Amino acid sequence: MSETKSMNQQGFLNLFLTAGCDSFPHALRKSFLVAVWFAFLTFPIMVIKVNTIENTVVWHWHKIGYLAVAVFFGSFIWRWLLARKELKKDENREETRIESLLTRVQSHPVLKYLALGVLAAAAAVFPQVFNLYQTNIMISCLLYIVLGLGLNIVVGLAGLLDLGFVAFYAVGAYAYALCNMHWGLNFWFMLPVGAVLGALLGILLGFPVLRLRGDYLAIVTLGFGEIIRLVLENWGEVTMGPSGISSIDRPALFGVKLGVIGSTHYMYYIMIGLVILTIFSVNRLQNSRIGRAWLALREDEIACQAMGIDKMKTKLMAFSLGATWAGMAGVVFAAKTTFINPASFTFWESAIILSIVVIGGMGSIRGVIAGAVILILVPEYLRDFAQFRMLLFGAIMVLVMVFRPQGLISAKRKVYEYKVNTAGAANE
Amino acid sequence: MDYFLELFLGGLTRGSIYALIALGYTMVYGIIELINFAHGEIYMIGAFTGLIVAGLLTMYGFPGVSILAIAVVCAVIWAAAYGYTIEKVAYKPLRGAQRLSPLISAIGMSIFLQNYVMLAQTSDFLPFPELIPHFGFMESMGSIMSSSELVIVLATISVCVALTLFIKFTKLGKAMRATAQNRKMAMLVGINVDMVISATFVIGSSLAAVGGVLIASHIGQINYYIGFIAGIKAFTAAVLGGIGSIPGAMLGALVLGLTEAFATGYVSSDYEDVFAFMLLVLILIFRPSGIMGKEKAQKV
Repeated sequence: MSETKSMNQQGFLNLFLTAGCDSFPHALRKSFLVAVWFAFLTFPIMVIKVNTIENTVVWHWHKIGYLAVAVFFGSFIWRWLLARKELKKDENREETRIESLLTRVQSHPVLKYLALGVLAAAAAVFPQVFNLYQTNIMISCLLYIVLGLGLNIVVGLAGLLDLGFVAFYAVGAYAYALCNMHWGLNFWFMLPVGAVLGALLGILLGFPVLRLRGDYLAIVTLGFGEIIRLVLENWGEVTMGPSGISSIDRPALFGVKLGVIGSTHYMYYIMIGLVILTIFSVNRLQNSRIGRAWLALREDEIACQAMGIDKMKTKLMAFSLGATWAGMAGVVFAAKTTFINPASFTFWESAIILSIVVIGGMGSIRGVIAGAVILILVPEYLRDFAQFRMLLFGAIMVLVMVFRPQGLISAKRKVYEYKVNTAGAANE
Repeated sequence: MDYFLELFLGGLTRGSIYALIALGYTMVYGIIELINFAHGEIYMIGAFTGLIVAGLLTMYGFPGVSILAIAVVCAVIWAAAYGYTIEKVAYKPLRGAQRLSPLISAIGMSIFLQNYVMLAQTSDFLPFPELIPHFGFMESMGSIMSSSELVIVLATISVCVALTLFIKFTKLGKAMRATAQNRKMAMLVGINVDMVISATFVIGSSLAAVGGVLIASHIGQINYYIGFIAGIKAFTAAVLGGIGSIPGAMLGALVLGLTEAFATGYVSSDYEDVFAFMLLVLILIFRPSGIMGKEKAQKV
């Protein structure tokens, strides 16, 4: 037993040091060359800072040294990960440890309810235990879970890459802000209205563009998102332009206006409710007739049409159902921050939501939740590294696509289990 | 009439820059059917490299025209190196993966590069020195066209002619066309497809870098965000002309540049970017194959 273990370790070390190369010296030489290449590549932008007005220049030579060392070791890891991916390709994909733990808990009758109970209790007491700041962060995390699950319908289930998702979010937020400002409409009335507006806009946008293939669709939705933002910015008479709309009402509890603490807690519980509703509906949708049609469409459009699925209708459903959640989330966002302006709805917001879906695991509800928790909470607690946040988002998106295209927690396909016993019984 | 001419020549300049960027999109798409989202960032990196080199040379007292030449050459070298590396890191391991994977990887790369430049340099607008000299004979036309506009248009025309000849007559150009037509067949007749793909990225990136330095010198300021909008617009131009077609990209860029110039000149300058996006949406809806593109049957 211990022998095999040590052999495994040796195999691991061997693979790590020589992956993709003939021998260890070869690997060393390769890494060295890669380090030199990256030092050359990043030289002007990392090292030299010129000021063309005062004609001064600052050199940062040390940066390139750190970078070269990091790249040297990084290239070993890179090659090792690539080799491991090649090796794994032949075997049947095994579950990762987190996934198998989750499956075990879920399939165990007692453990499942125990885990759910603990989770529910923790969610219920969270605002009582932690301070207002933490609660606010948690609210935005929950908001991103809802957005992520909404986008997951479009990208993860139906396989339509939507880069303008933030447009629906913006429409929800502006709908609430404007109706509240002009007519004093309240939050609870506007929440469903936001959802309907999102869905309608989804159909309106979806109708002309859904004929397009994957990458064209991505660009058009991106353009559409930018159009919405530019209109919000420039149509000053209606939207107040770049300065935005302020002092939007927070939701009131049965007509009673709450203070800051009370309304934050209230907001938190509203979000918990909304997240549960979203998870429930997305889960039901996923296993419904339309959900299975989405999966089929994602895998092979032509085969799917041959099976008699109306492509147009199915895609439109995905678009509008995804947009519904964004519209609702927009209303909540406006009520939470009490101030909105077009700067909150840039392409980066779409990119963050997309990375939540991609990194968490496309098509997997648990994955999207994990993605939102990691991508929103971790940067909040690492405030010192806040400026590196988008840099890391970008790098992680590339790395996840290269090494783990299915995301952290991959979606599990429902497998039809055919039991011999029952089949025999049916034959009799 | 002067106003019309001014708008027309302004549109021509814009269109030239879009053409230089759009060529990279269209070449890459023609060969590996990928929208290289990071291409706009290459253009931005080219402009930054040009700025850094120009700043250094000015400080050491080089004469005017040589600064421009050296800045353009350096920008081309580094942008090409970035293009080459991006392909190796973010796209090559994904060949043969699902369609969405390389696209998402490309978006990630674009986000990464923007923030990399922002963190390494600055998030503010940087003033870009005026590198393009003023010609004496342009003085009389000063009100409708500046020397830098003339240089940009002429440079673009010569680059486009050179590229067309290159694609048509050289061995590498022929290999590129063969790979674009059918990658497997190209491999079978002994074309090193990996090399051809790398070469495509290198050439596309170099063109974008030329555009980056020229337009930055014309406008006079840059920041890390310029690649995003320029990239989308150039992509619009590529789609307008029919993606995958090199003359199409040039024509599409011209149409887009002129449309924008006239729309901002006669309608409203607030909605400058909206016009470009509207044009993109309309083309994709009504003629997704573009002006010069071929209608492609879907293979089963």
